[in-house]
Amino acid sequence: MRNVYIVGTGATPVGEHWDRSAASLAVEALAAALGDIPASRVGALYVASALNGSLEVQSQVGPMVATAAGISGIEAVSIEAGTASGGVALRQACLAVASGIVDLVAVVGVEKTTDVLDARRERALALAGDAEWEAIHGVTTTALWAMLMRRYMHNYGYGIEDFAPFPVNAHANGVANPNAMYRFAITADKVRSAPMVAEPLGLLDCSTAADGAAALLIASEGLARDVSAAPVCVAASAVATDTLALHSRHDPLWLSAVAHSTATALRAARMTHRDIQVLDVTDPHGITAALVLEAGGFAERGAAVALARDGAITPKGALPLATGGGCKARGDAVGANGIYQVVELVAQLRGQAGAAQVAGASVALAQCIGGIGATAATHILTME
Amino acid sequence: MDLAKHWRIRHARYRLEGQRHRTTGEVRFPPAPLRPGEAHDSWEPYVLSGRGRVYSFSIVRQPPEGYDEQAPYLIALVRLEEGPLVTAQLTDCDLDQVTIDMPVEMVTRKLRALGPTGLIVYGYKFRPVV
Amino acid sequence: MMKPERPVGIAGYGVYIPRFRIAAREIARIWDGAGGVPVDSKSVPGPDEDTITMSIEAARSALARARLAAGRLSAVWVGSESHPYSVKPSGTLVAEALGATPWVSAADWEFACKAGSEALTAAMGMIGSGMAEYVLAIGADTAQGRPGDALEYTAAAGAAAFLVGPAADAVAVIEGTTSYVTDTPDFFRRADTAYPVHGHRFTGEPAYFSTSRGAAERLLNDLGAKPSDFTYAVFHQPNARFPQTVAKQLGFTPQQIAPGLLSPKIGNAYSAAALLGLCAVLDVAKPGDTIFMATYGSGAGSDAYALRVTDALVERRERAPLTTAYLARETFVDYAVYAKWRGKLVMG
Repeated sequence: MRNVYIVGTGATPVGEHWDRSAASLAVEALAAALGDIPASRVGALYVASALNGSLEVQSQVGPMVATAAGISGIEAVSIEAGTASGGVALRQACLAVASGIVDLVAVVGVEKTTDVLDARRERALALAGDAEWEAIHGVTTTALWAMLMRRYMHNYGYGIEDFAPFPVNAHANGVANPNAMYRFAITADKVRSAPMVAEPLGLLDCSTAADGAAALLIASEGLARDVSAAPVCVAASAVATDTLALHSRHDPLWLSAVAHSTATALRAARMTHRDIQVLDVTDPHGITAALVLEAGGFAERGAAVALARDGAITPKGALPLATGGGCKARGDAVGANGIYQVVELVAQLRGQAGAAQVAGASVALAQCIGGIGATAATHILTME
Repeated sequence: MDLAKHWRIRHARYRLEGQRHRTTGEVRFPPAPLRPGEAHDSWEPYVLSGRGRVYSFSIVRQPPEGYDEQAPYLIALVRLEEGPLVTAQLTDCDLDQVTIDMPVEMVTRKLRALGPTGLIVYGYKFRPVV
Repeated sequence: MMKPERPVGIAGYGVYIPRFRIAAREIARIWDGAGGVPVDSKSVPGPDEDTITMSIEAARSALARARLAAGRLSAVWVGSESHPYSVKPSGTLVAEALGATPWVSAADWEFACKAGSEALTAAMGMIGSGMAEYVLAIGADTAQGRPGDALEYTAAAGAAAFLVGPAADAVAVIEGTTSYVTDTPDFFRRADTAYPVHGHRFTGEPAYFSTSRGAAERLLNDLGAKPSDFTYAVFHQPNARFPQTVAKQLGFTPQQIAPGLLSPKIGNAYSAAALLGLCAVLDVAKPGDTIFMATYGSGAGSDAYALRVTDALVERRERAPLTTAYLARETFVDYAVYAKWRGKLVMG
């Protein structure tokens, strides 16, 4: 199998793009990733989108984006894995290039959520769970995380306020990200006094679903040297799954897909946790980040919240997290999040992350999970 | 009109009918299709007692479509006494009344109506033990 | 008097009363209730409850008391004036929830407030003829009254289920029944309208009183019994006053009807009203006690029954929640919540 490199990144700001369609956002991100490379050199296009079918009522998003980009005719396919769509699409691109069949693949994550503003939006987001045994009871993905948070607090003795460092860190970092939806800091006091969305989850510990598109160009080693001055190596790529429904898991507080895909990726990259200098994970809520860090092996069970409280997740800490603002401050572009993560981490590895820069970062880990963790996609990126 | 998808799992929805393994005695809910390699009679229908305890719970204040009129409502993960964990609403219960480990029992209630002229979907919920 | 050749009885019974109540004074606060209120409070179904859900719970208790597997039921019959569907039986869904399907008869009965006792009388015929061993007869309603109407103070919700079987397996043997019916338009609801209309004072003497007396006096006469021969008596209870008045007219004492008089606290549970009263009596009766019951349904008719309690009652009644357990968990809601849940918020 050949080595695989990221040779281009692009993204639109995350936000409420009232006058933009999904296709126009996708093309803007793709054009930014291409830069000087002619679109005609792209051999295949993978489009990640979680909600386009349910909210935009449009399938075949692959040909839709290819058509808008003027490259219809090429292999183009859409990939859906809930909020893990971006990471899973990236893996497909890596596999395609590594196989030797294609030299240059474009991956575009796109989500258009603001065309539907009523309760259909929550329904669409809840689709990532089990329709027959979860969604029919009116449970939302947010409520599932809230139940895990309450149980976590019960098991380990934390209070709601202990989770505030996650959104506080995300907002502090979002200030430096020009594509972030919320470019302002928040305080733990503000987090604490926010109204409840799904007890014990308050409004400021919940990400906001928004519009956005992000794109990556994935190239073979030979091509990467030709087209990029600073290619970033995809040192490992791994996808794992867990049961679709949360209640089917032996230990609901253990995200086994995260555990498996992280361990597989580290093994493939011949690395340990200590090698990872900066990471970005699916973090719509503090509890999500905490459980991901624990299952991923970055924190002992029950200790991730304490680590965050002690400052480990800030850019200067041992476990820098959400340096682009995370789902909370960047804005939650749902199926595109996995691509935004990589765009932001590539900036870290290139030393272009501004105030949120982790000094000397040369190894990064991007991980996105679908829904409540039924899918986990992990990528390790290195700057040689 | 969504009919068959609700109809075919009515036994599980209405009366918490899961499955019991004929040799190991393991009880599971919800019922699942036969896995590759399993003998066709590996699992038999088994009605669970409906008794359990709250594993965790939350209050849905931003409901999905079709549940707007119910909000805010209690949602819970219930650990059934036979072992399985199940996701369901809590009913006949004040929003501030629930605690982890609270004993609950199954009742059959309306889950939702599929519009004013559509099917009424009935199914299990849980409530504090009467 | 109608009496099956093969003796028949109640093998198990179950009740359901929703948790919620609204005080009659709260209704009077919204609408001018200067003339006094007919009950103290009434039961209100929660937003996820209807005739089907209430029937299921009452029926589960009835089966639990008899420890009867649902597969042995020959019929599941639900009497109600508030079936959730106009076309699609409640009985099939209740039977499915109990686990009685598919080799079972299921049907819905309708006769205003005595739809449940219609099912009970028919069940007697099924068992008495030897066609069936066990039949579930259920009366359940989530009754509606037009906002501000006199009926709104009383139109309540509840369910009662009787597992009817051979007398040898009964907590109470049914010794006989009469049915008295005339075409009397005291109360009705046209198809496709939300609220019923009623005949004000016409609902009294020409309807409820004369009809209830008609069935009751015939049964007493045919049994050669007098009111004082019974330990308890239960009448349909559209409000607090009517059952007390008809009891007095017939010669029953306040003591005889007190245990089965639930309407002051839960209002008129329509098809379940008298049946719930009978259940409450079974909760406290002793072996050998005798019970007289007369139901009433507008339109109009009354079914009267004479029952005798057996030794089996004492053990079986503890196997499911007593009526008092449901009465005790009362949670009061205000008129706004009640109006929201009952679909009374309509833009003009």
